[in-house]
Amino acid sequence: MHEMSIAMAVVEQVDAAAREHGMEAVVLVRLQVGELAGVVPSALDFCFELACAGTLLEGAVLETETVQARARCLGCETEWSVGMPPDLGCPNCAGAGVELLAGRELQIIGVERAERPAGAGARQEG
Amino acid sequence: MCRTVELRQAVLARNDDGARALRARLAAQGTVAVNLLSSPGSGKTALLEAELCLARDRGIAVAALTADLATENDALRLARSGVPVKQVLTDGLCHLESEMLTGQLADWLPDGTRLLFVENVGNLVCPASYDLGETLRVALASVTEGEDKPLKYPTAFGLANLVLVTKADLAAAAEFDETAFLANVARVNPGVEVVFTSARTGQGVGELLDRACAVLDGAEVHRPVMAGASANGPGHLHSRGDSHSHDGAAAEHL
Ligand SMILES: Nc1nc2c(ncn2[C@@H]2O[C@H](COP(=O)(O)OP(=O)(O)OP(=O)(O)O)[C@@H](O)[C@H]2O)c(=O)[nH]1
Ligand SMILES: [Mg+2]
Ligand SMILES: [Zn+2]
Ligand SMILES: [Zn+2]
Ligand SMILES: [Zn+2]
Repeated sequence: MHEMSIAMAVVEQVDAAAREHGMEAVVLVRLQVGELAGVVPSALDFCFELACAGTLLEGAVLETETVQARARCLGCETEWSVGMPPDLGCPNCAGAGVELLAGRELQIIGVERAERPAGAGARQEG
Repeated sequence: MCRTVELRQAVLARNDDGARALRARLAAQGTVAVNLLSSPGSGKTALLEAELCLARDRGIAVAALTADLATENDALRLARSGVPVKQVLTDGLCHLESEMLTGQLADWLPDGTRLLFVENVGNLVCPASYDLGETLRVALASVTEGEDKPLKYPTAFGLANLVLVTKADLAAAAEFDETAFLANVARVNPGVEVVFTSARTGQGVGELLDRACAVLDGAEVHRPVMAGASANGPGHLHSRGDSHSHDGAAAEHL
């Protein structure tokens, strides 16, 4: 399944970065997914939970930010949301030169580490 | 200490890096890779077999690698052409990745190969996201699949350098609406060439080989709009500056 490969790539990269940063656990991962990235966020969510098992990300939340796909005509400078399914032809002049401005993002923005207990585990019972 | 750590890493960075390295290596040895994408049963193997036979007759050094979840059937069919063929079983994975392809080519790709045809796993979803280091990406659709395939799988058709319609011999029976199909392709990939083929009648057979040979001779390939502003994928090479970091540049903001 496609989303499983993507989820595993996310977990692999975050796990490596977390170790590099000396984190003990990651509680949240922020992901940017463009409308044209070819990834379904809900399917990704499901796979993410499975892919996190047994890693520093165990139990982490996946926060997905969808990026609207936008294009610009080089001829008449019209900018538009391409929609889904996308329409990449200029709605104004039908000119040939079109540039995609956004929408193919598939990027890990950042993570949140688990908060260290205040006083580094000095909390005492009783 | 702040709890947020900024990473800004492309999820497919590893595949993209592998693809870039493979593309450079193939270019250095004079090989052009062609990546064939379609849904299961669209006729990739049938058309490819015909193109390979033609290449053999014309004395062009070609090789083909075909990926499937299971069975060696496609390799056996392609091998009838007499050119070097390799079957890759993906072990459950529904697409090829650049590292996997690189590994498969290592001890197999014959010296002097000019064109390497890669038949991806029959699937229009994820193969679209994985750059394999190809120079020519071809999306195929058979006339029996409906005119709206390009709209249902916009990234597969939107990122193609060339679109092939297959099983054109069945167009009338399937009441294939050619005008609608061409409009749908143009909507997701303005300017891409669409070629009609039939492995059964021979219509359009040789067009794929001609396009691939033209690329070998330095012809520019169509550049899809969708490949433009990507943080990954085949458009990567051409994007105006990578926004993501590939290495340990993860920055902890304060
Ligand atoms: N009528 C007709 N049938 C075709 C043509 N090309 C392929 N077929 C038939 O379509 C079926 C599937 O063709 P394949 O070449 O195996 O398709 P494929 O895309 O390689 O399939 P997978 O590798 O399983 O994804 C076979 O039964 C072929 O005989 C064609 O041009 N015309
Ligand atoms: Mg096949
Ligand atoms: Zn315009
Ligand atoms: Zn896949
Ligand atoms: Zn901070």
